[in-house]
Amino acid sequence: MSQFLQFLFSGVTVGATYALAALGFTLIYNASNVINFAQGEFIMLGGMLTVYFVNAGLPLPLAVALAIALPAVVGMLVEKLAIEPAKRSSQGAEVVSLIIITIGASLVIRGVVQVWLGKGTHAFPAFSGSEPIAIGGATLLPQSLWVLGGTALIVVALWLFFSRSLAGKAILATSYNPLAAQLVGIDTQWVLLVSFALSAALGAFGGILLTPITMTSYDVGIMLGLKGFVAAVVGGLGSGLGAVAGGLLVGIVEAMAAGYISSAYKDAVPFLLIFVILFFLPRGLFGAKITERV
Amino acid sequence: MNKLLQTLCAAVLGAGIATAAAAAEPIKVGAVLSVTGPAAFLGDPELKTLQLYVDKINKAGGVLGRPLQLVQYDDGSDAGKANSFGKRLIDDDKVDVLVGGTTTGSTMSMVPLAEKAGVPFVSLAGAVVIVEPVKKWVFKTPHTDRMAAEKVFEDMKKRGFTKVALFSETSGFGQSGKKETEAMAAKMGITLVANETYGAKDTDMSPQLTNIKNTAGVQAMFVFGLGQGPAIVNKNARQIGLAVPIYHAHGVASDEFIKLSGAAAEGIRLPAAALLVADKLPANDVQKPVVVAYAKAYRERYKEDVSSFGGHAYDGLMLAVDAIKRAGGTDKAKVRDALEATKGYVGTGGKVNMSPTDHMGLDLTAFRMLEIKNGDWVLIN
Repeated sequence: MSQFLQFLFSGVTVGATYALAALGFTLIYNASNVINFAQGEFIMLGGMLTVYFVNAGLPLPLAVALAIALPAVVGMLVEKLAIEPAKRSSQGAEVVSLIIITIGASLVIRGVVQVWLGKGTHAFPAFSGSEPIAIGGATLLPQSLWVLGGTALIVVALWLFFSRSLAGKAILATSYNPLAAQLVGIDTQWVLLVSFALSAALGAFGGILLTPITMTSYDVGIMLGLKGFVAAVVGGLGSGLGAVAGGLLVGIVEAMAAGYISSAYKDAVPFLLIFVILFFLPRGLFGAKITERV
Repeated sequence: MNKLLQTLCAAVLGAGIATAAAAAEPIKVGAVLSVTGPAAFLGDPELKTLQLYVDKINKAGGVLGRPLQLVQYDDGSDAGKANSFGKRLIDDDKVDVLVGGTTTGSTMSMVPLAEKAGVPFVSLAGAVVIVEPVKKWVFKTPHTDRMAAEKVFEDMKKRGFTKVALFSETSGFGQSGKKETEAMAAKMGITLVANETYGAKDTDMSPQLTNIKNTAGVQAMFVFGLGQGPAIVNKNARQIGLAVPIYHAHGVASDEFIKLSGAAAEGIRLPAAALLVADKLPANDVQKPVVVAYAKAYRERYKEDVSSFGGHAYDGLMLAVDAIKRAGGTDKAKVRDALEATKGYVGTGGKVNMSPTDHMGLDLTAFRMLEIKNGDWVLIN
């Protein structure tokens, strides 16, 4: 039993990191139907910049604030300099081209960080100590609770934003029908800009919470982005709740596979999971049930 | 006008340098290194070391009165690219000696080229396959994974551990290490009671560690990996209360490893090159002057800590230079013979004694067993 509990804790911790990455995908997908493959880099930026500012002698809260604000600016730059010109050209670029542009943006961000902050691995101490908490014979790190709490906070904040605020509703409206949204006076350009800034800040926030557990280096974004994408698809693209459920599910299944089957097959299991879920639920666990009218 | 003057001056100066260099034809050292990509943490210090020492040697008058010229390409940690750069170095740049091949993959992709063209090739990669079976033109400087396993098991047996859990990374380094460790365990009478793996980019290893904890009779754990993974293993092991002594392989031997593991690093042992504990070596150690000088020079120029990987590049370059000196020129066959006849060369990796059957030339004394105490390395024995 304690063994099962340990696997579960491990899965939930890792799953929460995937969920955080998946939430960023959800936000931009909602605003533009684009999968932003630079999302992993925003997560990396959060961790790396915090390390950089802490090493530069800033107090942790200030470093964290800067490490959230800067990626948000980077997110807006990506939108302004890469996505927007492509959208404006002739009849507007297809979604696929925009997705490829985000891959390019991720390479640029990764390259710049590699040259600027180096290729080493870094970490900073956990927020509230690293003495494990024992529950029912298994153990959990306090930082895992920070990650879980942070994820929950973001989900609630996003839900409030999308259902209660005008800006959030404008983003949703743009995702359903950009032309109609424009006709009722929503600045769709602005919506896209805001959603890039938001998702970058979100990713960075997640990256900061994760760093004491997973450590950070210029290339952590690749793996987190990939697994986050898997989580977002499993949960149903565009659904905040789905992103969290998908992330936790992928994390827990991975941990159980590593514990009970064999650690050699651990990485294959989430991809198997995608097949099974998408076969029976093509729109993911919580994906919107849309019927296209002809 | 000013601009024109500047350009003219530069041109005249440039011509001056060119004529000086033409007087003594440079010795071309070709290097293919993984300066970017996943193996960048290996290739980066290697390149810096080569640049540092080529400059130093040239300032001191070069080799046999000729300056060294470093011709370097970055393979981006891609063995396929290493092959085409290797070809370019041999066919177009016409280098006199090859140093490099950061990873085993890159090295092995260049081995056939060096063998065919007959160019002396000193590799900086770890695996045994590079020098076993012996290839006529190929040498290497780093210790092998087999030596690491042997050194670790030797220490375990001294402490009375015979039932060991092996926890290896799924990377090339980890899997080669796993194979060698399994073979070495059978030879040395060690039983591997648990055998788990983890991915190089995994962020949590506690399920595997829980299985190891629940395996009956485990007396010690041997972790075979590179980079940040092993540091997470330490943290997770402490988290779930896995109390057995932990050993790591030589791939994590850097100060960064202690920093990343934090309190979880206490009591961990690993085999490493003398370079890591340069300042702590006893004064009569033959390696002490070499490693202290290298560490000082590297720190002064780059303001960062040395790693054993940069040391491999130092050894590679110095072995080649030493062989060229003894061969009295850059005749490739003579340099090769001189490399093979290297005896008693003391480098950062250890004392090198090459022979026709051994193109690495290191024995177990090249490894020092270290323990981490109070956040610092301590020499055992």
